[in-house]
Amino acid sequence: MAELTLQEARRQTAGRWERALLALGILALLAAPFFVYPIFLMSILCFGLFACAFNLLLGYTGLLSFGHAAFFGGAAYFSAYAAKVWSWPPAAAILLGVVGAAALGAVIGFFAIRRQGIYFAMITLALSQMFFFFCLQSPFTGGEDGIQGVPRGMLFGLLDLGRPLNIYYVVLAVFLIGLFAIWRIVNSPFGMILRSIRENEARAISLGYSVANYKLAAFVMSAALAGLAGGTKALVFQFATLTDVAWQMSGEVILMTLLGGIGTMIGPVVGAGLVVGLQNMLATSGFPVTIATGLIFMACVLLFRRGIVGEIYALLQSRRSRSGR
Amino acid sequence: MSVWPMVTILGIPIQAFLGQLLVGLINGSFYAMLSLGLAVIFGLLRIINFAHGAQYMLGAFAGYLLLVHFGIGYWPALILAPLIVGIVGIVIERLALSRLYGVDPLYGLLFTFGLALVLEGVFRYYFGVSGNPYAVPPLLAGGTNLGFMFLPNYRGWVVAASLVICLGTWLAIEKTRLGSYLRAATENRSLVQAFGVNVPLLLTLTYGLGSALAGLAGILAAPVYQVSPLMGSDLIIVVFAVVVVGGMGSILGAIVTGYVLGLAEGLTKVFYPEASSIVVFVIMAVVLLVRPAGLFGKEA
Repeated sequence: MAELTLQEARRQTAGRWERALLALGILALLAAPFFVYPIFLMSILCFGLFACAFNLLLGYTGLLSFGHAAFFGGAAYFSAYAAKVWSWPPAAAILLGVVGAAALGAVIGFFAIRRQGIYFAMITLALSQMFFFFCLQSPFTGGEDGIQGVPRGMLFGLLDLGRPLNIYYVVLAVFLIGLFAIWRIVNSPFGMILRSIRENEARAISLGYSVANYKLAAFVMSAALAGLAGGTKALVFQFATLTDVAWQMSGEVILMTLLGGIGTMIGPVVGAGLVVGLQNMLATSGFPVTIATGLIFMACVLLFRRGIVGEIYALLQSRRSRSGR
Repeated sequence: MSVWPMVTILGIPIQAFLGQLLVGLINGSFYAMLSLGLAVIFGLLRIINFAHGAQYMLGAFAGYLLLVHFGIGYWPALILAPLIVGIVGIVIERLALSRLYGVDPLYGLLFTFGLALVLEGVFRYYFGVSGNPYAVPPLLAGGTNLGFMFLPNYRGWVVAASLVICLGTWLAIEKTRLGSYLRAATENRSLVQAFGVNVPLLLTLTYGLGSALAGLAGILAAPVYQVSPLMGSDLIIVVFAVVVVGGMGSILGAIVTGYVLGLAEGLTKVFYPEASSIVVFVIMAVVLLVRPAGLFGKEA
């Protein structure tokens, strides 16, 4: 009993620390555009949200999707098309991207949840590749050129998103809303069932949960949030291209999550920051990005499977349990 | 020119029809060889070898570089290229994959994915993305008129060679002593080890063999397609779909599914060319609806 309350107390202090760090992080993000190039920051925020959405599936449900580029890139196409061709306002365009990605997630998820583990990964990869070919041939995506010159527009008719600071704070708000949604999902009774599926699917079934429905729901939510990131990204960079739906993008989001820490709340954002930063650095050096990406993949899998944030958590935990004794 | 100049099938001239069917059969040969290698590796190592496409590319480049730098022709390369790729595979298994046997199989997939990126990136860096032609060996140049169609000799050779390779591998696994060890270890690794079989060595050799098969497919493919750094990654995703359709439980199943899906792709190219790049994925989706475990699958 004493042991339990002690653990409880420790968790509370940890919670206090986390809250302080969170407040510090948000403050830093609010101040950041005055010190760092905003486009670079926004790209980290978009990819960070994308990686967190992916982590909802891999980290908390235990499903490795190798096809998340379809949702990210698909939403980018939908939003870009709505904003450019139909002249939809930015919020509506992003919303269309989210809905489109969720619908796409429902279709791909419907097929993918019929198999487990490695097969799940291969099926999502194959179906997203099918979507890639669709985007390559369909006239609405603009083929190899993509959709370019997407207008950012006025948010709710009031805020001109053409100004760098305005759009930065809108993207930051989208990012925080998305992260909050994921945090709520993960820490809800629904999220607990997802974790139980991750830990022991057979037992979750025997407890009477319709695991297939839960998996599909998680898949659609993850796809929708990936769509939120993709649609926002289309407005930030003002284009949507085949790069966003290609399988390399699915690999990139896996890398961000793996590097930062699978199943940690903030890890994927850290991973996204590192990968985007590295790509920016390498873009000028001439060293091929794919080689660096591949090497980090191999190093992560061999040396630190828990990722950077996961390793820090593990280190803190072991120190805490040692000092507790 | 042809014996039956007027014959058509559903409004398509028979030459065009058979020509696309041959293309389908060629593609199917490569699907079969690659999914066979994937199935053999997965059966024992429980790892999906994402680098299989990169190893196929490596085989083609090994042949190309042997020719350009050492003047070593096609026939010796047919032995040397798989040998090189197999040795590279053995080194990778010893250094890295052998450390991943205890953990979630997804990590094996992620590691080999990273490996594929590195291999592809290195060759892209040195050779660019454009393809390099590799000439058909003189012995197999030209073609044969079969009466109803014109068959390029090299393409006939590829189909024959792939059939021999696939059946040979299947027989080696089903009928030889080493194959019986491999099958037994697939069923129960620790029991086989208890009987005194050197299982770690068996795992290493299996990965080497699987990689060599990919390399052999690569050198066979070099004169058909161009030798390009991207030739593997385009193919491997289709091969994954083939593997999902066939299920990896059966070696013969992987082979048959490879040929059948190649032919299905060729047929689609005749009747509805726009869909030919996605037909394999559509078939995969249908199979998932009807028989989620795959046509030859035995896993639950």
